Amino acid sequence: MIDVSAFINAVTFNAGYNTAIVAIGAVLLGWAGGTVGTFLLLRQRSLVSDALSHATLPGVGVAFLVMASLGGTGRFLPGLLLGAAISAMIGLACVEWLTRKTRLKSDAAIGAVLSSFFGLGVVLLTVIQSLGIGRQAGIGNFLLGSTSGMLRNEAITLAVLALCVALLVFLFRRPLTLVCFDEIFARTSGINIQRTDLLLMFLVMAVTVTGLRVVGLILVVALLIIPPVAARFWTDKTNVMIVVSGAIGAISGFIGTALSASVPNFPAGPVIVLVAAVLFVISLLFAPARGVFSGLYRSRTFSNKVHMRQGLLAILRGEAIYDRDTIKVLRAKKFIRGDGTPTRTGLDAAENAAREEALWSCYLRDNPDAAYRAARMRLDPIAERLTAGEISELEKQFSSPTTVVSGSTA
Amino acid sequence: MDEYYLGLVLVPTLIGVLAAVSCALLGNFLVLRKQSLMGDAVSHVVLPGIVVAFIATGSMAVAPMLLGAAVAALISALLIELVRNLGKVEPGAAMGVVFTALFALGVVLLEQSDTRNVHFDVEHALYGNLESLVWLDGTGLSALFDSQALADLPPQLGRLAMATVVVVLFVVFFWRQLVVSTFDPVFAQASGVPVRFIGATLISLVAVVAVTAFEAVGAIITIAMLICPAAAARLMTNRLVPQLLWSVLFAIVSAVVGFWAAGSGMELIGSGFSVSAAGMIAAVSGIILGLCACIGPQRMGALA
Repeated sequence: MIDVSAFINAVTFNAGYNTAIVAIGAVLLGWAGGTVGTFLLLRQRSLVSDALSHATLPGVGVAFLVMASLGGTGRFLPGLLLGAAISAMIGLACVEWLTRKTRLKSDAAIGAVLSSFFGLGVVLLTVIQSLGIGRQAGIGNFLLGSTSGMLRNEAITLAVLALCVALLVFLFRRPLTLVCFDEIFARTSGINIQRTDLLLMFLVMAVTVTGLRVVGLILVVALLIIPPVAARFWTDKTNVMIVVSGAIGAISGFIGTALSASVPNFPAGPVIVLVAAVLFVISLLFAPARGVFSGLYRSRTFSNKVHMRQGLLAILRGEAIYDRDTIKVLRAKKFIRGDGTPTRTGLDAAENAAREEALWSCYLRDNPDAAYRAARMRLDPIAERLTAGEISELEKQFSSPTTVVSGSTA
Repeated sequence: MDEYYLGLVLVPTLIGVLAAVSCALLGNFLVLRKQSLMGDAVSHVVLPGIVVAFIATGSMAVAPMLLGAAVAALISALLIELVRNLGKVEPGAAMGVVFTALFALGVVLLEQSDTRNVHFDVEHALYGNLESLVWLDGTGLSALFDSQALADLPPQLGRLAMATVVVVLFVVFFWRQLVVSTFDPVFAQASGVPVRFIGATLISLVAVVAVTAFEAVGAIITIAMLICPAAAARLMTNRLVPQLLWSVLFAIVSAVVGFWAAGSGMELIGSGFSVSAAGMIAAVSGIILGLCACIGPQRMGALA
């Protein structure tokens, strides 16, 4: 189904001038969307972009009608995008107005604006259809986006717009990061929060409008939502998340346009979104920081450590071990034999474990505020977690007869 | 003209009204639970469900389509929960990830499958074609008693009527549980109300209604009617029963006025064309909400 040579051509920007321009535009757009989307996610306003993108439709329709009545073809892209931007801003204002001036919550306001603006847009589309002003095909492309049959100057317009948006995002990333990361600190360092939020919404609008023609208004929100949520699995740091999210967006844009250029009937917009979704699933499963598998691995390692410690303490107390997982862990290290009796190394390890346990107990009694951190640390060798000075201090206490702690268990 | 009024105007209007009312009733609870956008998400994922059903059966038969759409809606609800819990992101973002990805999948599958010989495309899925759901045999009142003519009624009418009845029965029978789990889930849980079950049933019903309405009138009416009438009604009153009644009233007004404006209204202002009824109904419901936001007696809530 996939034409490999065509795909390679597309990846290496050899599949024709238009395709190359569109691909560059999609990469820039993907990066800008991923970056802006991170701020949006951190401000917990991801779905505002959904209202915004659906609210562009009536603007596109009105712009078409105005341009057609002035004698143009109505397909002039910058004009249509200007209309889209204006009606998106009106839609955004409506969302703000509904949430501020009434008791409605933002989800209801978003849904209401989204559906009624979209309905109005559909009405305008059918008006255009029944007017029968020739080539209205260009309008339908705004719903789902399309890169095939795009005129050269349209492709260039989009690439230039995407470049501008990417530059704007790059310029303003500092104040935006600060506001998202720590609103109070940002305020004390003299950043106007409201103005920054407004700027964020402007950037969201810019990404949405630029993406309309390529990805379509129903799916353009995906550029703003999927990359940051995927990036969330890779890191806990805002700065890193912004970079990762931008990269995921850019890669989706690149691979998506290349695939769409090399496979028949593969519309660019949905394919870009699907590539982003695949990257999301990969992140969800395999990301080292918060992915599912690394989470499973970590909890498995931790539970093994608990079994090991408990097993060794039981050996020292001369108790029989029944727990199957504990036996497995001990046997793997050859600390016990097949019949459950401890080996020489097992006994050594058990004594060592008892010493560690006692030292940790001493340490925690002296530093109760460290208890939360220590809950996981105390299963590691104490020498890895505390300094040599701290340990010798603990051992001194330990050897004095008044402070001997009976071996408590983890 | 008059003899066609029943079949060409009343029947599609009635279909619109039934779709609007069934959505609006459920919408009240979605709005109160801050889950309005579940309706949006569910309406989007209906598309891949229908496309997969079409690819699997190779026909446009209604039963597998409805089944596919309902399954897709439930899968999406599960996925949203999964992404939300695993990714620890806000529900809105989790929803955005799931419904855009599934919708994109639906579009790609649709483009890849051979649907040239059947009339089905994304535009149709989005805003349906209410105007075409006419009853050609309904040429007069006598047709109402003519079993042969009645058999020719658009099947969507019967399905939507059934969905509406199911919704009404659900709201009536589970009234106490619905109310208490909506307003005070913790108390509801403590007093033994199956909160999760009620929540899941509500979302499933939204899916069923979305699928049924979607097939008749397109996704756009579903989303608008799940949110706008209920939101507008919320600005009119502080009490739940009046809110439900207001929302039903708003839904009926939207459907009737919207359908009229799209057809006859356009003729009145002298333009010789008709526009999408589904779009117009959604737009009218938005206007009603706008009016309520300006003059609704309870627009600021009890505190104001």
